[in-house]
Amino acid sequence: MPDTIEIRLGGVGGQGIALAGTLLGKAAALYDGKEAVFTQTYGPEARGGASRADIIVSDTAIAYPFVTRPQVLAVLFQEAYEKFRPQLAPDGLLIIEPDLVNPHDDDSDLVRLPAIKIAEELGNKLAANIVMLGYLVGASKAVSFHAMEEAIRETVNERHLDLDLRAFNAGYNEAIGAGDD
Amino acid sequence: MSTPQPNDFSVVHPIDHLMRADRLPHILCAGCGIGTVIHAYVRAIDESGTDPDQHVCVSGIGCSGRAAGYVNVDSYHSTHGRALPFALGIAVHNPSLTVTVISGDGDLMAIGGNHFIHAARRNVNLNVICINNFNYGMTGGQVGPTTPIGAKGTTAPQGSIEHPFNLPYLAKACGASFVARWTILHVRQFTDAILRSMDKDGFCFTEVLSPCPTSFGRRNKLGEGLDEVEMYRERCHIENGAENLQDLDIDIVDHEQPITVGNFVDIERTAFHA
Amino acid sequence: MSSKAAQKQAAPDSPQRVLTGRQFMLGDHACAEGALAAGLDFFAGYPITPSTEVAEHLASRLPAVGGRFVQMEDELGSIAAIIGASAAGARSFTATSGPGFSLMMENIGLAAMMELPCVIVNVQRASPSTGLPTMVGQSDILQARWGSHGDYGIVAYCPSSPQECFELTIDAFNTADRYRIPVFILMDEVVGHMAERVEIPEAKDIPHVPRKGPRTAPGTGQFLPYAADADLVPPIAHAGDGYKVHMTGLTHDERGYPSLTAETHDKLVHRLVDKVRLNAADIVDFEEQDVDDADCVIVAYGCTARSATAAVTQARAEGLRCGLLRPKTIWPFPEARVRRLLEIGKVKRFIVPEINLGQMRREIERLTQLPTLRLNHAGGAMPTPNAILEIIRS
Repeated sequence: MPDTIEIRLGGVGGQGIALAGTLLGKAAALYDGKEAVFTQTYGPEARGGASRADIIVSDTAIAYPFVTRPQVLAVLFQEAYEKFRPQLAPDGLLIIEPDLVNPHDDDSDLVRLPAIKIAEELGNKLAANIVMLGYLVGASKAVSFHAMEEAIRETVNERHLDLDLRAFNAGYNEAIGAGDD
Repeated sequence: MSTPQPNDFSVVHPIDHLMRADRLPHILCAGCGIGTVIHAYVRAIDESGTDPDQHVCVSGIGCSGRAAGYVNVDSYHSTHGRALPFALGIAVHNPSLTVTVISGDGDLMAIGGNHFIHAARRNVNLNVICINNFNYGMTGGQVGPTTPIGAKGTTAPQGSIEHPFNLPYLAKACGASFVARWTILHVRQFTDAILRSMDKDGFCFTEVLSPCPTSFGRRNKLGEGLDEVEMYRERCHIENGAENLQDLDIDIVDHEQPITVGNFVDIERTAFHA
Repeated sequence: MSSKAAQKQAAPDSPQRVLTGRQFMLGDHACAEGALAAGLDFFAGYPITPSTEVAEHLASRLPAVGGRFVQMEDELGSIAAIIGASAAGARSFTATSGPGFSLMMENIGLAAMMELPCVIVNVQRASPSTGLPTMVGQSDILQARWGSHGDYGIVAYCPSSPQECFELTIDAFNTADRYRIPVFILMDEVVGHMAERVEIPEAKDIPHVPRKGPRTAPGTGQFLPYAADADLVPPIAHAGDGYKVHMTGLTHDERGYPSLTAETHDKLVHRLVDKVRLNAADIVDFEEQDVDDADCVIVAYGCTARSATAAVTQARAEGLRCGLLRPKTIWPFPEARVRRLLEIGKVKRFIVPEINLGQMRREIERLTQLPTLRLNHAGGAMPTPNAILEIIRS
């Protein structure tokens, strides 16, 4: 990966976008020994419309804290797709949840990750955000597998820990191709 | 002990140690009732047998707000309307202290009204003495939130057209644990009300009616301070435990109307200790 | 972080006062943790965006370590309550934003006049009035200095990262107690709402400057509550200590008694101002990047300084002799340092980017006769590194 990677998670309130972003930040800053900044939408915008969670991960100090040209964009909400898709860097990684996002006909260079279906199979569709996160980590290598596992262990409530760890692994394996057979 | 002789200056007044004698003479007018309230407060400290070092007096702004400056306990003369939250900070941080707020009707009920209703709602452990002289005395006699309808002030030269607060009713409705109304004539009962407040955990409120001859009395034909006290003697009737607080408005114009005083509320309600 | 789970790292209900170790936390939470580490006893506040996370964090953390948390009815009450608690000996604190800061102004003057230490964090949002509640501003810089009526001394810190929110909050408590003044932490929405790594030292390594207490026993009548030492700061006795102090917002003499004369007033107000002014060398804190040989110096603070850092780094890569002076205490302003730069004579111009219409630029213009270029945004967005870079290149 390059020295600095900008990641944007787009969704709608209640999907766990902020948690996923925080986990990325923690994995990078606390367990991978990198620099990381997390920002998110606040206020009315975050309640109804498209919300975002942004993370910058870098080998060096991060001055300007905002994502301007994400290299990775994961979206779980149509409005978030419409709003954030144009900002994705050329050749950036776009991951969508196909049950929630209908990409434009000419938008072909993307990954359709059935995060909800995978999460449902694991026992709870609310873990779709973590499945998405797993895929994002596997495909982008923005943070290490172990750092993210540690971040999940240190952050997630006991009741959801097992589910979230399985969700993370499932998403990660989708990305690296381990789950194909 | 022999009776002190008038010219024997070696005799110390029994509450002298609770007054800042070096601050005398005071700024209060002849006939003003605030001195009587201050006296009752320090008398209550003395009679309570508690350590004066554990007493704190907080006031706001106005003539009544100067009370804190004359009592020889830790005393804080805060800003206009903010005596209650200032006192809350002291009482909540150090619950072993007995914190008394002495201030006026304008300070506690107009500019500080929001703090009053919320301090009573929380049932903060404070003793609040509201000296009600029906007007803003310090600034020269403007009407305020307790000025009775028809009473005159510099800002209501034809007489106030606003409904005043009925303070005991307000305090009870907000949740105060102890509510009383007395006048400076009723020194004994008023001192006992303060003693009860000091002993009680929770928000304790006593309204004390007090003459302001300079700014209010003369404008409203109440005469000198002593004349107003005489009016209280004629019109007050004591009704401890009165239930009908909503009916206890004070009519200063119609001298036929009684003024009901007494200890009205004394209930157990969980006090606020953060 | 809005998510409950996201707070697990910060352990809101932990009975540990100092969360030693590496945390990934919001600036608002780091500020609250700094207050706890500094020995916070009493918090009173009223919810207001974007500072509410400070109060929420303390609501769960402070009682767990034996402190008191009160949600007040308004900001007028919040500031009065923390001043009262300070009178009783508490390290006390409130958190607010623009509209609430405005409401606190009168009693900030009371804290200055009574010389009761307290700390107020203002997480600045775009103003005036209700403005943009969820979006960034830096427009309370002058209000922090001059907002209450009259002359008085205060100190204001301006953190640029969650790490500094933690560290400067500790400094704020120590400075407040050291000089018996209200101290501000002027955060901004960007710094308050961004999460970064925060390294929290061990409790024994947290600096602690206690208040000076009386040097005579209570009851002797010898203690004068407002008799200042050579450093212009009087020792303090608290409610319940037995000294029977009197404190008032009125002009007062060394006994604390009202003394309504022009002479007393002039002497008192001069001391209130001078105890910060004459101790400025000990108080002022700033950081520099590449200033020594710079002909162009950017002066920036808070989130804006982050863009300035990026701009200076890029400008240097392009061979431009450019540097950054970043005040960590915005009041007192690092005046001596600016004067020194003028004496050295290398600086030919200053650039002051800020999220207001030129509040700190006035300070640079007052101190120097050099061209001072502006980059102002009224609020809602912070200047980008490129915008600053363009001015450097110009």
